[in-house]
Amino acid sequence: MGIEDIIPLLNSSVRFAVPLLLACLAGLYSERSGIVDIGLEGKMLGAAFAAAAVAALSGNVWYGMLAAIFVSVCMSMIHAIASINLRGNQVISGVALNFLALGGTVFIGHSIFKRGGTTPNLSKDERIGPIDLPFAAEIGQVPVIGPIYEQLISGHSIIVYFAFAAVPITAWVLMKTRFGLRLRAVGENPKALDTAGISVFLLRYQALIITGVLCGVAGAYLSTSQGANFSENMTAGRGFIALAALIFAKWKPWNALWTCLLFGVLSAAQIRLQGVEFPLIGEVPVQFIQALPYVLTVVLLAGFIGRAVPPKAVGQPYVKER
Amino acid sequence: MSARQPLPSWALNVLMPAMNVLLALIVGGLAVAMIGENPIQAMQVLAYGAFGSGYGLGFTLHYATSLTFTGLAVAVAFHSGLFNIGGEGQAYVAGLGAIMMALWLDHTHWVFVLVGATVGAMTLGALWAAIPGYLQAKRGSHIVITTIMFNFIASALMSYMLAQVITNPGSNAETRTIAETGRIPLLSEYFEFFKHSPVNIMLFFGVVALIGVYILLWRTKLGFKIRTLGQNPEAARYAGISAVSIIVIAMAISGALAGMMAVNEAVSVQKRLVVGYVQGFGFIGIAVAFMGRAHPVGIVLAAILFGALYQGGSELAFVMPAVPSELVVVIQALVILFSGAMDEMFKPVLERVFGAFRSKPQADKAAEIEEA
Repeated sequence: MGIEDIIPLLNSSVRFAVPLLLACLAGLYSERSGIVDIGLEGKMLGAAFAAAAVAALSGNVWYGMLAAIFVSVCMSMIHAIASINLRGNQVISGVALNFLALGGTVFIGHSIFKRGGTTPNLSKDERIGPIDLPFAAEIGQVPVIGPIYEQLISGHSIIVYFAFAAVPITAWVLMKTRFGLRLRAVGENPKALDTAGISVFLLRYQALIITGVLCGVAGAYLSTSQGANFSENMTAGRGFIALAALIFAKWKPWNALWTCLLFGVLSAAQIRLQGVEFPLIGEVPVQFIQALPYVLTVVLLAGFIGRAVPPKAVGQPYVKER
Repeated sequence: MSARQPLPSWALNVLMPAMNVLLALIVGGLAVAMIGENPIQAMQVLAYGAFGSGYGLGFTLHYATSLTFTGLAVAVAFHSGLFNIGGEGQAYVAGLGAIMMALWLDHTHWVFVLVGATVGAMTLGALWAAIPGYLQAKRGSHIVITTIMFNFIASALMSYMLAQVITNPGSNAETRTIAETGRIPLLSEYFEFFKHSPVNIMLFFGVVALIGVYILLWRTKLGFKIRTLGQNPEAARYAGISAVSIIVIAMAISGALAGMMAVNEAVSVQKRLVVGYVQGFGFIGIAVAFMGRAHPVGIVLAAILFGALYQGGSELAFVMPAVPSELVVVIQALVILFSGAMDEMFKPVLERVFGAFRSKPQADKAAEIEEA
């Protein structure tokens, strides 16, 4: 395999990794603040629908993006009310939001567009298109580095660059800012923060708003940048892979990047390895590679390779003393 | 003063779930009104589709049977303090055990198929649930995450099995059909009333499972251990109850119950195993268990409600094509949200209402005592 074979593979790995990365970082903010989020999938799905529907109706994809973020944040706020104010079961709330998105998108989509849940195809101008980085064509002539720059680094949609930029930003916010310190603390020991006079509720609300925004962008990427319309259940479990990636990354932003890229490579390889014979083991079933991220996560969680320890207060509603 | 009173159990277990369902139906109705259709008519069609004919009722009961199994599965795990979100995967993998036994025995008699498939389904379902249970108990990996992962692993495993291993040559990723001699009879063969609806003998297994779970949890030593562990792990440890074995056993029972769905749906009705046959019933089991307050009586009512929603929903798609049948999924989601996660919404209000009603006679009584 030469470099001309590897670049397309890595390229599609990046495309697979981006929605995972955004959703994974979204989950990171939520879980670091102590709120379990099973509903990443549903938020992404709701956002994907909102983006495609509004882009199709208005002809402007950026309105679609805003709608996606709005819908995702609203869903995140339902989760916030259930798990912060009403001290409900966070897992159930997440399951409910996933179902709400699954049914709601088709329900609304069918009644607006009458196409059985899908939205009309977006034209090239109605999508978030690829952007070429400066001098892509010129540098492309340079051997080795050239094709990498021109084909792999350049030519993605703005969301891809946003997703990759979100990693160092998240790392910085989490480790270097006052908000980040408090966020980490509220996920480990909310009582300590409360004692120090900092509002646990407010911090968790802030975290869940960020979660909503990131899931919104992830959803918009799926339906308006990677794809050109919305179709029923188009997230197809990506929210859950993101959740697996979050655990695999041990709730750390840079680890999240590597994990999502790894899972992206697995997804890309899955398509390419179909029918390929390996020496000794023969043909690897596609389903095996499909299951690999989940198997790896289970193995990691069980502590057979390293240990994944979640934030201490995750999943427990905070009850303020009166 | 309208001081808050702890709610009587009937308010907690009957009134609140009823209010949650009502609220979900109202929100669903608003959604129907929003798209310009008549919500009252939609609800009528739903109700008539589910209960209005023997045929509809047969479907409702058939779905309710599956949901009873998956709901009981969630409930048993819940009583031991575990959240088994993997009923979907457990029922799917159990389908493999059920269909393999059924296809092996289908040239004998349907009684053997019924027994064999049930044993096969329960065994594989139990196994698929016991692994996350063991990992939770021994290695501390969180059961919610592990069971979610196991759902996806199950889905990959099963599509491999159905496409490559036990596939029927010439058809697309499904097993061969069970032979005529081995088919479990539908109730409609005995009762004309049910027309050709899929309700079958597994309905009685559902009833047995409900009673069995009640006896297990509230009338046996094992059930006592399970509930003790769920309510107070510390106390369980002091009482010498082994958390590891109880967790694994509770999960195995949970998985076996979820697996029973395979006999009801795949073996009895579809008569073969197809890709993705569970169709979300494992997840809806969570809603059934929570609405039913993890008690068999509640679960049977919740299972019938959700079964009726499924059947009524498909009727709705025929009668009012403008209303997408996904309305049902939305209503289900709202029921899960209100009864599972937003439980505290009505509680303070109800507590005040009950406080207001009760405080007066109590105050009078106190005054009487003082006078005397």
